[in-house]
Amino acid sequence: MAGQTRRWTDQVLEDWIGNLLRAGVTLSAAVVLFGACVYLVRHGHELPHYRVFAGTPEDLRSVSGIWKNVLALKGQAIIQLGLLILIATPVARVAFSVVAFAIQRDRLYVFVTLIVLAILSYSLMGSHL
Amino acid sequence: MNIIEFSLLVWVSSVLAGFLGSLTGLGGGIIITPVLTLALGVDIRYAIGASLVSVIATSSGAAAAYVREGFSNIRIGMFLEIATTLGALGGALLATKMPTSAISIIFGLALLYSAYASSRPRHEHVGDCQPNPLATRLKMNSVYPSNDGPVGYCPQAVPAGFSLMFGAGVLSGLLGIGSGAVKVIAMDQAMRLPFKVSTTTSNFMIGVTAAASAGVYLSRGYINPGLAMPVMLGVVSGSLVGARVLAEVKTKWLRVVFGVVIAVVAFEMIYHGLTGRL
Repeated sequence: MAGQTRRWTDQVLEDWIGNLLRAGVTLSAAVVLFGACVYLVRHGHELPHYRVFAGTPEDLRSVSGIWKNVLALKGQAIIQLGLLILIATPVARVAFSVVAFAIQRDRLYVFVTLIVLAILSYSLMGSHL
Repeated sequence: MNIIEFSLLVWVSSVLAGFLGSLTGLGGGIIITPVLTLALGVDIRYAIGASLVSVIATSSGAAAAYVREGFSNIRIGMFLEIATTLGALGGALLATKMPTSAISIIFGLALLYSAYASSRPRHEHVGDCQPNPLATRLKMNSVYPSNDGPVGYCPQAVPAGFSLMFGAGVLSGLLGIGSGAVKVIAMDQAMRLPFKVSTTTSNFMIGVTAAASAGVYLSRGYINPGLAMPVMLGVVSGSLVGARVLAEVKTKWLRVVFGVVIAVVAFEMIYHGLTGRL
């Protein structure tokens, strides 16, 4: 019976993860597409400048900066928001797995998953690196 | 060429890259970067930033479909993600310190290797296996569904697989690619997982690995919205179409033709790196 319970929980876990990933990618693509419309209408006739690396503007490199510019309805910031949602999707998957392994009382994998989550968080807080 | 025309051109190239990447198993990210740098003259740092974003999108999109079929092993994936995320973090930090000419050369070599690896036949390890003590302690032994009912498998050589995965993570963070080819060696050859399990688990891991370098890329200004937008939207649509037709197309001749093209592109990347033109 114990085996039955585990399989059932694994199945539920997999369904949830599948839905989570699909929702994240769809939402992200929708936001990027919306941002693209705003950006192309406003700046579409300017010239691209990707030949020389100057780096993305400072206020589009951090979550707080991006959010401030999204509220000002800037197209490039809305695109970045969509990309942030995309980057957050696998992170959310890992965070969700911590909970799922905890429900299964699998301490070893709660620990393993927390390590992965810590590395991801360290990278995403990354401006100090 | 204004931004609208340029975005359209990048989008079309990305659709093609995503389509071919999914048909050949190379992945869209490793194809779009040479197109952006060699054909469209984009700085390689912007190119790998955009490519990394598209890698997360295709991995998450594909994993959503795979995970339900019950082939991917979440525990193996999660354990190995410790190695790939650490590697990716290191690789991304390395990318910000390394001259672009060196990145271009390493990219060319990785491209050559990936083309070679994807054209080679893979050997399935069949027959009964001895459960490996470490893999058993890590609860990695499992079963996967087949036509004849569940088939059991027991992973071997966990430390070797773990080390190779660290290397895959470094490459992923350094070059903004999924490094599917290295992940396949780690799981097929070192850990002796069945194909379906290693392919789907590797795909499952790519998104998390790429997310670990994305933070560094974002804060260093590698992720440019104007460029990442058409790349991400294009690669995702291309690979969705690719995954649909994959079942109906004989990919053998395609792989051969494509392998030759990739080899030429790879030498071009190395040549440009050596002559310092990127």
